[in-house]
Amino acid sequence: MTSFIEVQNVEMVFSTKKGRFHALREIDLKVERGEFVTLIGHSGCGKSTLLNLVAGLTRPTGGVLLCDNREIAAPGPERAVVFQNHSLLPWLTCFENVHLAVERVFAATEKKEQLRERAQAALELVNMGHAAAKRPHEISGGMKQRVGIARALAMEPKVLLLDEPFGALDALTRAHLQDELLKIVARTKSTVVMVTHDVDEAVLLSDRIVMMTNGPAATIGEILRVDLERPRDRVGLVEDSRYTHFRKEVLDFLYTRHGHVERVAA
Amino acid sequence: MVSAVFHSSLDTRSAEARAPRVAPALAVSAANESLAPAADAAPARPGYDWRALTLKVVPPLVGMALLIAIWAALTRNSTNFPTPGATFAEAVKVFSDPFYRNGPNDQGIGWNILFSLYRVAIGFGLAAAVGIPLGFLIGRFEVINHMTSPLISLLRPVSPLAWLPIGLLVFKAANPAAIWTIFICSIWPMIINTAVGVQRVPVDYLNVARVLNLSEWKVITRILFPAVLPYMLTGVRLSVGTAWLVIVAAEMLTGGVGIGFWVWDEWNNLNVKHILIAILVIGVVGLVLEWTLIAIAKRFSYDDH
Repeated sequence: MTSFIEVQNVEMVFSTKKGRFHALREIDLKVERGEFVTLIGHSGCGKSTLLNLVAGLTRPTGGVLLCDNREIAAPGPERAVVFQNHSLLPWLTCFENVHLAVERVFAATEKKEQLRERAQAALELVNMGHAAAKRPHEISGGMKQRVGIARALAMEPKVLLLDEPFGALDALTRAHLQDELLKIVARTKSTVVMVTHDVDEAVLLSDRIVMMTNGPAATIGEILRVDLERPRDRVGLVEDSRYTHFRKEVLDFLYTRHGHVERVAA
Repeated sequence: MVSAVFHSSLDTRSAEARAPRVAPALAVSAANESLAPAADAAPARPGYDWRALTLKVVPPLVGMALLIAIWAALTRNSTNFPTPGATFAEAVKVFSDPFYRNGPNDQGIGWNILFSLYRVAIGFGLAAAVGIPLGFLIGRFEVINHMTSPLISLLRPVSPLAWLPIGLLVFKAANPAAIWTIFICSIWPMIINTAVGVQRVPVDYLNVARVLNLSEWKVITRILFPAVLPYMLTGVRLSVGTAWLVIVAAEMLTGGVGIGFWVWDEWNNLNVKHILIAILVIGVVGLVLEWTLIAIAKRFSYDDH
């Protein structure tokens, strides 16, 4: 089986007002179909840049990115993104936000009634069916992020790209949404690439953890395979020696070998 | 002492009576009357917040009364400046028949206001029709921004009346010249605010549009337009204010029927009472325009409604 997403020798150099900034170098990564991969690293290591490259929001200055054997040249609905700050349009209701995505992907082939059902079903999937008529400012941060996930899932993407989706949430809400995400991914068998800076989140969710070195010119330092059977139970895992081992591996990489030069930003 | 009464009365009162915001006011009045029985008699029905209303209504009235009092004091022995009383009597007369017509230079105040509003509407409407799309272009395309920004910076501070001769020269008539002046003066805030609004559309929203692969039409109707609308309405509000300021000055110079001309005409007649009435009317109309647009802007602002 060939890899679903292939990142081949990717370089990323930004030309800014202060001069050139070498963000990423020699990135090689393969993601299999149905795999859950997290990118972890200190802030400024270019993990979000890598995700944006896979999303097609930015083009690499060198190397090639493939999705399903086709070059990634632009953003597309087969690679849905859940943004860090949810990015729901505040003037649309939750339903309309999701519907906007559904419409674009399925309007050519399906009737209006089916489109509405799809949007509603996506909201139900993240347990937000009750808030369909509400506007984003009327619901909590966790709820907004769920609607953001619903919007991404509603497009039936081949890949789900998550950019620190739970970063801005409190610990309890975050844990709850992580569990929900695990259930949804198990049900939809989605391929997921997720950026995070949370070690526990990475170990709990991932099949593989991609650990990145510090920028500038960051690259992949190590890839850790997390061989924990699914479904995973966060409470049970705490006492599991393998879990502790994986966790230590990541912590060791981040703090012992690649401790941030400056103070580690959250 | 008042606060002590307030606390004890709170303790004895039912939860129902605790809820309304009016509780402190009631407690204060209770303290003023008699202590214990008043607390019991405190009404359980949720009362209207009279204190807040009083605070809202009384100070403005006092301010106005003060102004009129100073005016009255200063004009008590004056022969050429009318007293408030005389002005009020004259205003009643003027407003009792606002729509009379005795030839082109003697028409009711209603007609004068309507003609001024008509000019403002045309000039401002044209300015909106040109300025808002232009603002979108400037905000969306860097080149156009660089092309126009020196011109805008140069022309924007020019006094309204400096444009009048150009209008007279081009249109060879007073009325279009006045409208032209309104147009040119009220266009800037709309161009600038719309352009700034477009430039400030959050990158996240545009990224959403790209990820969802929305059509250009959907991007404009679902993302750009709603995101820019609050900025645009601010521009519109500033523009209407400017337009109403400018019309009075323009009409003084161009003549015809209009509130600005009316002021000048009454000055020539040395009818100071009418000038004072006109000032009040101009203020009220300007205020109404402003309020209307604030109400519209509130309706369309997506963040806090």
